[in-house]
Amino acid sequence: MIAVVDYGVGNLYSLNCSLRHIGAESVVTRDESVLRAADKIILPGVGAFGDAAAKLRELGLDTLLKELAAAGKPLMGICLGMQLLFDESHEYGCHQGLGLIPGKVMPLAPVLPDGMKVPHMGWNSLTFHKPEDVLLTGISEGSHVYYVHSFYATDCEAAWVATSEYGGVTVPGAVRCGNVCGTQFHPEKSGGIGLQMLASFAKEDTVC
Amino acid sequence: MLTKRIIPCLDVRNGRVVKGVNFEGLRDVSDPVTLARFYNQAGADELVFYDITASAEGRPLFADALRAVAAEVFIPLTVGGSINTVDDFDRVLKCGADKVSVNSGALRDPSLIENAAKRYGDQCVVLSMDVKRVDGSFHVFARGGREDTGRDAIEWAKFGEDHGAGEIVLNSIDTDGVRKGFDLEMLQAIGDVVRLPIIASGGAGCMEDFVTLFRLPCVDAGLAASIFHSQEVEINALKAYLKEQGVPMRI
Repeated sequence: MIAVVDYGVGNLYSLNCSLRHIGAESVVTRDESVLRAADKIILPGVGAFGDAAAKLRELGLDTLLKELAAAGKPLMGICLGMQLLFDESHEYGCHQGLGLIPGKVMPLAPVLPDGMKVPHMGWNSLTFHKPEDVLLTGISEGSHVYYVHSFYATDCEAAWVATSEYGGVTVPGAVRCGNVCGTQFHPEKSGGIGLQMLASFAKEDTVC
Repeated sequence: MLTKRIIPCLDVRNGRVVKGVNFEGLRDVSDPVTLARFYNQAGADELVFYDITASAEGRPLFADALRAVAAEVFIPLTVGGSINTVDDFDRVLKCGADKVSVNSGALRDPSLIENAAKRYGDQCVVLSMDVKRVDGSFHVFARGGREDTGRDAIEWAKFGEDHGAGEIVLNSIDTDGVRKGFDLEMLQAIGDVVRLPIIASGGAGCMEDFVTLFRLPCVDAGLAASIFHSQEVEINALKAYLKEQGVPMRI
């Protein structure tokens, strides 16, 4: 059973449908006992980092997720959910993240050349850094995935699984630190490639 | 490398897809789910659904169609039509839309752009504009292209960008349905002043029109309806051709 964390941030309809589509059993929840009992956890999220981090804290989910991750439960963050896995974000001020993957989240705009658009929106190709990672099972390098974001994870090279290039900036697309992984792109919106990644996460039975 | 996007647009009335030529003479094309599945397999990068249902009774049919599409097609879905309030955003987002396009609703109440962006994020708000030349300048039209608002299109695009729109659809009324190519002059004029992703719409008649379109660096995506629905242009063949011509494409 995969628990999708419901903390009032973002739209979970597509993610749920995609999990159902790949035949994964899933439940949308913020209930502590359900999260503890789940085999795996997905942390979704769209919107602002500060608000999302505050909601996690308000619901007591920050300490719970940290505890479960430390105990080895596979945890996958998607988009803002991935950004929340890092130490901190500099999105309109400085906000603490969950600190499960070393690194910080910074705005894209200041590092992009003039004329490059923000958000980084659309289909971008993947360069593999850890081709053996379970998330990349059955996927070819150069495959395209769908991104929509204005902030990106930095100082986290050790965690890079796959990246995309945008305006000369290396954008971490998929990251991992042990049993904690995440994607900046939306696997639930990345067609067959994204469904394959979700299926790999759902099937993953060993902790890297 | 970020690819350029090819986006088929499906006009939906009472839960069925129809196509428009110069916004008139609609005819039934097909079932939304069938078409969405077809376009997903053909390599469409995104789908746009415009709800052109005139009556309140048709609204639930649209919601049903949208939910059914979102349950089995896993590419970005944009929804437009009859979006006048933040509650309307909520209504379609809950049915599986990823982005919501506002047009007349934002012209009536410009604060809708900012209010929706604050609630759902910039990435969710698409400002859709119907643009037509009037006395040597570009005007924004409302109500499906029937009413000249007198607003300058370039100013309106800038307003959208400044108030939280994450993307802009530029539909040329002058070239829509004419099938002689996109309105490059208008696209360039607006592309020069905004940094938002631009989706070009109106005028596609053949594959070559997309090659010409993507020579404009400011254009991120090409949107069309009838040439795709009629299969005069097949999306997979179009994308392969564009790639051959050096346009970055997701194949």
